[in-house]
Amino acid sequence: MMDKWQPGASLDTLRRRAAMLSCVREFFEQRSVLEVDVPVMGKATVTDLNVDSIVTSVVGELGYLQTSPEYFMKRLLASGSGDIYFMGKAFREGEIGIKHNPEFTMLEWYRCGWDDHQLMAEVAELIRLLLRGEKDISIDVNKLSYSDCFFDHLGFDPHGADLRALQLLAAKLASDSWIDETRANCLDLIFSSQVEPYLAGGITIIYDYPECQAALAQISSNRAGQNVSRRFEAFVNGVEIANGYLELIDAGEQAVRLERDSKARERLKKPAVDIDQKFLAALNSGVPACAGVAIGLDRLLMGALGVDSIDQVLAFSWLRC
Amino acid sequence: MANYSTNEFRSGLKVMLDGDPCSILENEFVKPGKGQAFSRVKLRNLKTSRVLDKTFKSGESLEGADVMDQDMQYLYTDGDFWYFMEPDTFEQHQATESAVTDALPWLSEQDVCMVTLYNGSPLSVMPPNHVEIEIIETDPGLRGDTAQGGSKPAKLVTGAVVKVPLFLDQGDVIKVDTRTGEYQGRVK
Repeated sequence: MMDKWQPGASLDTLRRRAAMLSCVREFFEQRSVLEVDVPVMGKATVTDLNVDSIVTSVVGELGYLQTSPEYFMKRLLASGSGDIYFMGKAFREGEIGIKHNPEFTMLEWYRCGWDDHQLMAEVAELIRLLLRGEKDISIDVNKLSYSDCFFDHLGFDPHGADLRALQLLAAKLASDSWIDETRANCLDLIFSSQVEPYLAGGITIIYDYPECQAALAQISSNRAGQNVSRRFEAFVNGVEIANGYLELIDAGEQAVRLERDSKARERLKKPAVDIDQKFLAALNSGVPACAGVAIGLDRLLMGALGVDSIDQVLAFSWLRC
Repeated sequence: MANYSTNEFRSGLKVMLDGDPCSILENEFVKPGKGQAFSRVKLRNLKTSRVLDKTFKSGESLEGADVMDQDMQYLYTDGDFWYFMEPDTFEQHQATESAVTDALPWLSEQDVCMVTLYNGSPLSVMPPNHVEIEIIETDPGLRGDTAQGGSKPAKLVTGAVVKVPLFLDQGDVIKVDTRTGEYQGRVK
């Protein structure tokens, strides 16, 4: 790659990208959702076990490139901003691959007073609009629960399944080292190898993720009376594009989850991260009931153009920087 | 041997898996948004040639395999072993029948082959991509029938059978692509 000074995306692709960004801005302007330009570099960051921040420094003080604008946006929501969106860069350490670049373009928005299902409808509408571009093509939207699509492909219920059975299946599908993995990791592995590849073309929205994968979503019970997280994901042609929540706004519960993540990081000898106290203070003062979602726009552009590699939709991916 | 972590897995890297040397063909980075990252890896078992799919957690590692590809000249066979020589050091290696099986139909003395050594012994042998071999048996050539096309089987001195144009005769030397087993042309 040493001599590759040229961009990875063609000029046509860059034009399509620009059109996508302006389409997003128009979409939210029509709906009176305010664009906010929050920092991409902060003094605190997420404690998520599986999301690592790129560390930097400013006059000797530790800084983190933000893995998502979520904490800053929730501080704005707590300040009475009302509906807001952010469209800009997010950063993740170590994520390099055919569908990953350590710096990527994220669109994240929050709808006050909405629940996750209302937001899913808006997500599907926007994705469809962006995939279509100027072409008049029909795009299917499928919406189904995590347990339904899991059952359809594997024949058992993921929420009720015994951990040992999940570990044995994961070890069989992957390699022996999965035999003592956590429930969340086993489910991810099984889902990504047995369900994701078989999702229908077009847009698929999957909701009610397992309780152990709640992240920042509320927990509630589904029709079968099982605890599930009010989290959803959107897929385009089987590729994960968006992740959304009925947002957890209970500061006490949030503090418990951050503490638990922080301890888990310690246990796995990952770099220690201090809990973002300003974020917790904002939750304490009161974030309004809301639903929020983040979309990876680079991947969405890949879906719109039918290309396989993220390098083809970025001016300069990390390999060319 | 050194250990290699998933982020060092590259196509061509030789690693040990379940006691067998394998060559990595592909390594795909997979990361569910909130989940743990993993590597979906395609490997070829170098002993059996079988292609395997394995998924490793990011950061897991595999021991490197003492596997080396080296060009060597094929010398002769005594019926039990096939002997190859390193061109620089003149060091000789004896390969078993299972190591030469795939190369055998194309193997002529003096040919330079790629020999894969595992712990210093030949594990497999790849013939040159193009070889020139004499036809030992085929139906008589039909002269003047060069334009019509059509083909017939021809047996080569090394044992392979390839399809050749009708005008060729026993004793002719032909060029063959060993990867496809296809006739490439006549050598005058």
